[in-house]
Amino acid sequence: MTAHLDALEARSVYILREAFARLEPLGMLWSIGKDSNALLWMARKAFFGHVPFPLIQLDTEMELPEVYAFRDRLVADWDLTLKVELCPPEEAMDQTLPPATRSAARKTEGLRALLARDGYRGVIAGIRRDEQSTRAKERVFSPRRLDGSWDFRDQPPEFWDQYKTEVPDGTHVRIHPLLHWTEIDIWHYTKREGIPVVPLYFARNGKRYRSLGEKNITFPIDSDAATIDEIIRELEVTRTPERAGRAMDHEAEDSFERLRTSGYM
Amino acid sequence: MTAYSQTGPGQQLQIVVVGHVDHGKSTLIGRLLYDTDSLPDGKYEEVKAVSEKRGMPIEWSFVLDAFQAERDQAITIDTTQIWFRTAARPYVIIDAPGHREFLKNMISGAALAEAALLVVDAEEGVREQSRRHAYLLHLLGLRQVAVVVNKMDRVGYAAERFHEVKQEIADYLDSIGLSPTAIVPISARHGDNLARPSYKMSWYDGPTVLTALDGFHPIAAPSDLPLRIPVQDVYKFDDRRIIAGRVESGQISVDDQIVFSPSNRTATVKSLEAWGAPQPPIRARAGQPVGITLDEQVFVERGDIISHVSSAPVLSNVFRATLFWLGHAPLAVGSRYRLKLATDEAWVTVEAIEHTIDTQTLADEEADQVDRNGVAEVILRSTEMLSLDAYRANPATGRCVLIDGYETVAGGTVSLEGYPDQRRQSGPKSENLTAVEHLLTADGRSRRNGHRGAVIWFTGLSGAGKSTLAMQVEQRLFALGMQVYVLDGDNVRRGLNRDLGFAPEDRVENIRRVGEAASLFADAGVIVITAFISPYRGDRDKAREAAAEDGFHEVYIKADLETCEQRDPKGLYRKARAGEIKEFTGISAPYEPPEAAELVVDTMTHDVDASVDLIVDYIRDRLVIRNRPTAVATGR
Repeated sequence: MTAHLDALEARSVYILREAFARLEPLGMLWSIGKDSNALLWMARKAFFGHVPFPLIQLDTEMELPEVYAFRDRLVADWDLTLKVELCPPEEAMDQTLPPATRSAARKTEGLRALLARDGYRGVIAGIRRDEQSTRAKERVFSPRRLDGSWDFRDQPPEFWDQYKTEVPDGTHVRIHPLLHWTEIDIWHYTKREGIPVVPLYFARNGKRYRSLGEKNITFPIDSDAATIDEIIRELEVTRTPERAGRAMDHEAEDSFERLRTSGYM
Repeated sequence: MTAYSQTGPGQQLQIVVVGHVDHGKSTLIGRLLYDTDSLPDGKYEEVKAVSEKRGMPIEWSFVLDAFQAERDQAITIDTTQIWFRTAARPYVIIDAPGHREFLKNMISGAALAEAALLVVDAEEGVREQSRRHAYLLHLLGLRQVAVVVNKMDRVGYAAERFHEVKQEIADYLDSIGLSPTAIVPISARHGDNLARPSYKMSWYDGPTVLTALDGFHPIAAPSDLPLRIPVQDVYKFDDRRIIAGRVESGQISVDDQIVFSPSNRTATVKSLEAWGAPQPPIRARAGQPVGITLDEQVFVERGDIISHVSSAPVLSNVFRATLFWLGHAPLAVGSRYRLKLATDEAWVTVEAIEHTIDTQTLADEEADQVDRNGVAEVILRSTEMLSLDAYRANPATGRCVLIDGYETVAGGTVSLEGYPDQRRQSGPKSENLTAVEHLLTADGRSRRNGHRGAVIWFTGLSGAGKSTLAMQVEQRLFALGMQVYVLDGDNVRRGLNRDLGFAPEDRVENIRRVGEAASLFADAGVIVITAFISPYRGDRDKAREAAAEDGFHEVYIKADLETCEQRDPKGLYRKARAGEIKEFTGISAPYEPPEAAELVVDTMTHDVDASVDLIVDYIRDRLVIRNRPTAVATGR
């Protein structure tokens, strides 16, 4: 397991350094969940204790209170540069989208506004291939069109570790340093490294959050896993997908695909 | 999608599944997950529902084909990765699309893999993308391949048909140097020979797909090769100056003496930095990210390659590449592209297309351009010095991609066959040199001789006419009262260069010495003609630098290979063709024609006398000093 985690970490560190060397300005999306916390930890390893780019939280003001408390503590403890981008209201979304999908689309619009204003060329996001099948099709360096949308039909080739860093002005690249990790890898790594996580992941009264999202569209699962070891044991035998508690994935056959092609994480 | 139980014994292995469109790659993976009980809850029902909605029997490929467009057209558009395990170890399976349109997606999947499963349809047999995918696996450096002959149910599980297809694919793989670890007859749809041996094919006693997978070996990072660390960046976040990179091969330790290429600067490793480690590491090996501080502040930048002094990468501004071309516009001679090699970037020009390779027949073909999805061997030249390795010697620093505008248009591997290492001592070895002031000037010598001294540098293929013309020109100039001398293989190799052979490095040194000797002759007031093939442009440029300004005249004695081979005055071409002479220019070693020679003499259109006239006129025009008092003439 140690060698396996070392190999995963080495790859993520390499990707983070490539992004920092080649794309400017660069920012990292921070959802404050377990994945982006692990990624933030690896950024500190990659840059020897520093995080040389801002963290961006796309805020719908709908996160659970524990999430905000955790965020504020980490920003202070780790001396992080945090930019909070307030997302536009749900009424401004495409009304043909199903309700939970529409709610999730607020983050897409928040990101789009941020990109238009601050002109980021590189945006780091902590998504993984095993989370969801359209994420499985992602590139490590994934170029976006002018409006931020994803053209999955025409993705660039990725030869070995040569990544796409040449993009036209006004467009940006999404960098995905965690694509090759699995949910259970993240927990093993979180335990080994002692990375703090939001306490909502641990079971209380027979319920825990397996995936953290906004309170109106995310639901806890039945679980008694109150420690990381117990979570790992639970994942070793579970047959339920990680994002089962995320409403926007399940409203229609292609609802998450529609979200992602329009620019969602 | 979460495949459960990703942990356990065994090291994770990355597998890519490739093959012609519709031969059943996604079906194989979907069924494999089902048979090994690896599908998450509800996935089987979901796939069944989606299949029914489209009026199909259960379609296993829908497990992987995530996009609506993929399900509607029942083809995989992009690669998918899926986690999965056998009793032996966990796997990451990469499903690569088989459609010709999506070759770049297939490559992105295959470039990550340690082993491959090649799927061939039993009914259709080996098809265009079966061969092309196999060839690309080979080009990408993948050596572990197993074949599955799928849809055996469609051919009545017949042993005869299996053996025909098996022979066909084995022959092709053999011709590109791949030997499959297994060739398994299966029906993915019905689960025959996937997880369990099939009673419908009792004539087959080889491994199942799972046993074949478990027979692959994980690829370890090459710690036993020479050290290579491509520099990613240099950080100055605090009072430390940290050089960041990843050890691609070999090992590095504190106190090692290292050299940066291409700058050739050396330094000693003071420390290896790591954040959060209980104590700083003293060693790092292949696969690990590193941060290095040095004992002194030498200039280092992204793109440099760190190595040990005794085993540094090759320096060259020209190399041979086997490329897979993905550009929409064809690759053409003379085009410029941005090269990415390890972390380095440089502009390169396509100097020549040696030949294209038909991935179906493996025939070499002459070509002026390379079209999309074609494979070709090309010569690339950079304006800057590159540090690199032959792919065979060190994969990580021996492969590259080309960028055209915003588009990645090619990827390929490096060969340095016939090209010398250009790493040399840039300055004099001895530091105790003081320039001696001469009391005579070049002007004084010129006035006495009636002409200036100069280097007349002939270059051209063997048999182009260099020696013949040099001797005749020498005779004519001598008759005109000029100081003239010819340096050629005969008088140079017998003494001055007695210790040199014909290997690329020796050729470089041979020409370097000729260049230096010629410049001394010219300085002494002599017109010196050199008659050497001098095939490398870089060497001739060095000779030009050695000479005085305006004192070097490159003369291209031009005749094509066919003509020279017909003339073959010394019978050398015949011997080279027979393999008796190795590294013979034009046959087994490259010739780089001049780009801007001062004079070109085409000996295919000019006979000896006409050629001599051209050269003598050129020399008289430029080197003879006219003693006529022109000032008086114009002031009349």
